[in-house]
Amino acid sequence: ARFREVDEDFFEELEELLLQADVGVETVMELVDQLRWEVKRKNIKNTDGIQSVISEKLVEIYKAGEELDTNLNIQDDLTVILMVGVNGVGKTTTIGKLAARLKDEGKTVMLAAGDTFRAGAIDQLVVWGERVGVEVIRQSEGSDPAAVMYDAIRAAKNRKVDVLICDTAGRLQNKVNLMNELEKVHRVIGKEVEGAPHEVLLALDATTGQNALIQAQTFKEATNVTGIVLTKLDGTAKGGIVLAIRNKLNIPVKFVGLGEGMDDLQPFDPEKYVYGLFAEGLEMEAEE
Amino acid sequence: MAFEGLAQRLQGTLQKIKGKGKISEADVKEMMREVRFALIEADVNLKVVKEFVKTVSERAVGQDVMKSLTPGQQVVKIVKDELTNLMGGEQNPIQFARKSPTVIMMVGLQGAGKTTTTGKLATVLRKRHNKKPLLVAADVYRPAAIQQLQTLGKQLTLPVFSLGTDVSPVEIARQALEEAAREHHDVVIIDTAGRLHVDEKLMQELKDIQALSKPDEVFLVVDAMTGQDAVNVAKSFDEAIGITGVVLTKLDGDTRGGAALSIRSVTQKPIKFVGMGEKMDALEPFHPERMASRILGM
Ligand SMILES: Nc1nc2c(ncn2[C@@H]2O[C@H](COP(=O)(O)OP(=O)(O)OP(=O)(O)O)[C@@H](O)[C@H]2O)c(=O)[nH]1
Ligand SMILES: Nc1nc2c(ncn2[C@@H]2O[C@H](COP(=O)(O)OP(=O)(O)OP(=O)(O)O)[C@@H](O)[C@H]2O)c(=O)[nH]1
Ligand SMILES: [K+]
Ligand SMILES: [Mg+2]
Ligand SMILES: [Mg+2]
Repeated sequence: ARFREVDEDFFEELEELLLQADVGVETVMELVDQLRWEVKRKNIKNTDGIQSVISEKLVEIYKAGEELDTNLNIQDDLTVILMVGVNGVGKTTTIGKLAARLKDEGKTVMLAAGDTFRAGAIDQLVVWGERVGVEVIRQSEGSDPAAVMYDAIRAAKNRKVDVLICDTAGRLQNKVNLMNELEKVHRVIGKEVEGAPHEVLLALDATTGQNALIQAQTFKEATNVTGIVLTKLDGTAKGGIVLAIRNKLNIPVKFVGLGEGMDDLQPFDPEKYVYGLFAEGLEMEAEE
Repeated sequence: MAFEGLAQRLQGTLQKIKGKGKISEADVKEMMREVRFALIEADVNLKVVKEFVKTVSERAVGQDVMKSLTPGQQVVKIVKDELTNLMGGEQNPIQFARKSPTVIMMVGLQGAGKTTTTGKLATVLRKRHNKKPLLVAADVYRPAAIQQLQTLGKQLTLPVFSLGTDVSPVEIARQALEEAAREHHDVVIIDTAGRLHVDEKLMQELKDIQALSKPDEVFLVVDAMTGQDAVNVAKSFDEAIGITGVVLTKLDGDTRGGAALSIRSVTQKPIKFVGMGEKMDALEPFHPERMASRILGM
């Protein structure tokens, strides 16, 4: 094995693995420094069992002393969930998966086709509605998304559904007009239902690099994001930037997307996740 | 603007060394440490960064630089040369077939921007090259992928060839080529479904479409915000089907855009176009040397 001892080479390798997982320079430095202390404190010399020490410590840092709960903030009466994020990250697909999941739990679900901009976006959500067997409230392409939300909330109240999930058009966070439009959508929902939206989920594509941090920051400012859905984790990208996002912005990951099918959404499991960030890489090194 | 963050970081670093009349190896080392961080923060792949740092450092501590009267400026020039190298030299135009139609295949990960770029590319081909493109809806998997392309076709008043979702993409491509011959289309753009580079079954499907349609261009569509994984993706697609060029999308964002540097350096395939927005006129040719200059502010 290449790394029998937990020495400086070992930490350097760990640093590189985390950088390659898109954790980001600053956060990697902080994490690895803390791990150095941990190793010193526990007087660990060789690499036997080091992986669990690392992942325990990373989870501890991720949790930051809080009891994390991936459950959605579901109300006794109508719950409104707003899905936001940049273009193509998986918002609409996640809504389909989430609707399936909530329906499985016995809830009645309705969807709002709030992306009136992108070609075929409404049709896409309608297909998901059919797949899952839930109603989709829609207007024509090009109509005002805030008006769609208003309609949908009225329909949701009339039909007494448990959860309304609202789709929005993808937008890059540096587009001020589009971010203002999103704020307006958020505001309209809040006016119609006390305390709504009860969850604002930011979809982040696991293949995204350091820009995800700015995405999270800007969307949080506009819509008070309550949780992240980390999509496309079924590929080879790791989405390590969520550690920095948790660290700097205190937004937790609630779900991970693991494919394009209805069942490919899972609650976020920090232990499993952090292990996946580095373990495979270290093992491969050990075999060399 | 994309690349801006990287530009600021690199310019700040290089400014410190630029005016120096004398440079030590320690100066170079310190500078390259900062350059390394700037590149990683910009999502340039770690291995590419290491290679870059090594090349620049070796050149920068060479005799001719150290003995020069303006070593600081020499070092800055080396960084620029190597950065331009990373980006690839000249602007690289579309390759047209000698015998019509020219076939272009759009491939890439899910959500990268293939379908949107298909519409934009058709716009460029019609406007700038006077072509009569046929758009082919070969994504039978994503919900409403066909409607998406059809909506774009309607907006652009361009025909979209589709056989619904029950026919295989290979067969769709085959019949589309027949249609193109019948209707005298001189360009055929095939929009394929997004797929993971590790999905063997779907990668095989791409090989089959390619074997049948013998494309003149295979464009890998890549999201400019992609992180470290960009090289794995690009390498895998290139090894499987031999891409001919890259389209970098969503460059209207504020990403530092390092994926562009990594992909180019790993595949040696040119970035041909950049997507600058969601609208159909938002596609621009990519000029590597201009981009390198912009990043370094000179
Ligand atoms: N492999 C994989 N693909 C996914 C996942 N989630 C979504 N996708 C795919 O990613 C692509 C984009 O997903 P959408 O749901 O349309 O993304 P969006 O954020 O709604 O996109 P816009 O509305 O255009 O901004 C589609 O091809 C989805 O099937 C995932 O977890 N894994
Ligand atoms: N801002 C911006 N958005 C873009 C650009 N190119 C594509 N998009 C958006 O990115 C999202 C995904 O684009 P699509 O064309 O559906 O991507 P795709 O690769 O065909 O997706 P799949 O077929 O699901 O794999 C859409 O919201 C597009 O409007 C661009 O250059 N800039
Ligand atoms: K993407
Ligand atoms: Mg969508
Ligand atoms: Mg598509």
